[in-house]
Amino acid sequence: MLFITCTNCGSRSVEEYAFGGELPTVPDDVTDPDARNVDYVWFYDNVEGPSVERWFHTAGCRRWTTARRDTRVDRVLPDVG
Amino acid sequence: MNEFVETLLDLQWHEPKRAYDVVIIGGGGHGLSTAYHLAARHGITNVAVLDASYIGSGNSGRNTTIIRSNYGIPESIRFYQHSLELYSRLEAETGCWIMHNTKGLMWLAHSQNSMRQERSRVMMNQACGANTVMVTPDEAKEICPQLDLSGGGRYPIKGGSYQPGGATARHDRVVWAYAQGAMRAGVHVLQHTPVTGLTMDGDRVVGVETPGGPISAGMVMSAVGGDVTSIMNMAKVRLPVKTHPLQAFVTNAYAQELSAIVSSIELLGYVSQTARGQLLMGAEFETQPTYARETTFQSMGSVATKIAYLLPFVKNLRILRQWAGRCDVSVDFSPIMGPTGVEGLCVSTGWGTWGFKSIPAGGEKMAEYIATGSVPEMIAPFSLDRFAADHPMADQGSTGTR
Repeated sequence: MLFITCTNCGSRSVEEYAFGGELPTVPDDVTDPDARNVDYVWFYDNVEGPSVERWFHTAGCRRWTTARRDTRVDRVLPDVG
Repeated sequence: MNEFVETLLDLQWHEPKRAYDVVIIGGGGHGLSTAYHLAARHGITNVAVLDASYIGSGNSGRNTTIIRSNYGIPESIRFYQHSLELYSRLEAETGCWIMHNTKGLMWLAHSQNSMRQERSRVMMNQACGANTVMVTPDEAKEICPQLDLSGGGRYPIKGGSYQPGGATARHDRVVWAYAQGAMRAGVHVLQHTPVTGLTMDGDRVVGVETPGGPISAGMVMSAVGGDVTSIMNMAKVRLPVKTHPLQAFVTNAYAQELSAIVSSIELLGYVSQTARGQLLMGAEFETQPTYARETTFQSMGSVATKIAYLLPFVKNLRILRQWAGRCDVSVDFSPIMGPTGVEGLCVSTGWGTWGFKSIPAGGEKMAEYIATGSVPEMIAPFSLDRFAADHPMADQGSTGTR
């Protein structure tokens, strides 16, 4: 099972959390302001590997936390961002 | 006669050429269906279909084989209804037995709110040419006598919608039917040929790179499932797609017949009976995107609990085997088909929970696009540029049982 470290509560199982999505990033080579907006709103990096994500601790302290998760194996990496 | 003997296939394997008119990445249902339609409808046979493993090894071999068209928005209903009709003619068209079985599909509602949602779905379906009707609890019980109308006391069945044309087919046989049809026409299917890069000439894609050497192509189509982001990254095309895992499992054989495909709107679970008699169950994909094809006890337990509310007899069954696949889920839950904005590269993705039901229509329309160069009217609403135009095709009926 996937365990996510909450900054307040420590390591808890994924069942306690709601997934908040990856942190939106826009590639630097997208320069047109409109294209950057479209990219920010709609598009995903969908990384195969370490992905920086937001999680909401629904069944705990009800605060947001940021975690780096390796999407190849679905495990949280130790360095919490 | 066993299944293996009956499916002795007329497949000819070829050595790769250095150049093709069309190279399709992904030898699953959508890729092979596109190749078949290119050859059969448009006479374009200088086509190669590349697969990193064997054909049908990805999501085409992992789906839950449900064919339905009870979607929520007109564009989707018309597209999937067309696909449903193509499926019912597929055996006659290709001469392959795909074990197509029209058994009806029932979506059960457990609250007034869901009933209202189903009524609007039924009206929309009927207006767009798909046959879906409302059923009362008694009619539901008549269609599927095993139902517990009290829903285990927790999810009472208030009614639901029923699509008599809902069907299942054998997933491997659909892939094989299209592979055989395409190969007979001269299409090359190259198994165990992963694509490691796209060959670019300026801003244009002119071929693919494989471990066996580059292959040049007039048009490259991505029909991969689960890895579409890595293919599109090679051409710097950004997609509104996340890769979520979806799990499913089958139980041991149930001696009686479960006549319809049963699913529930609130519980987001569905069950159908395979040709072997096993019950095939699945639910929604996991909330967080993951590339791991990992099955979890947690997910199996939750699906089994949900189905047991509706069909109490499943408590006596055992889970025989389980699997997971990667779904390319688009942000609006509708597929993405057509040009990518990069010349020489087109895409068919965003099929959500594996896209089995859309294989014939998706292939037919993508073939029409590649052959004619203009996007067919039926799939024009599903183009990638809809996001920049701020016109997403949000459809709650697209994924899973929603």
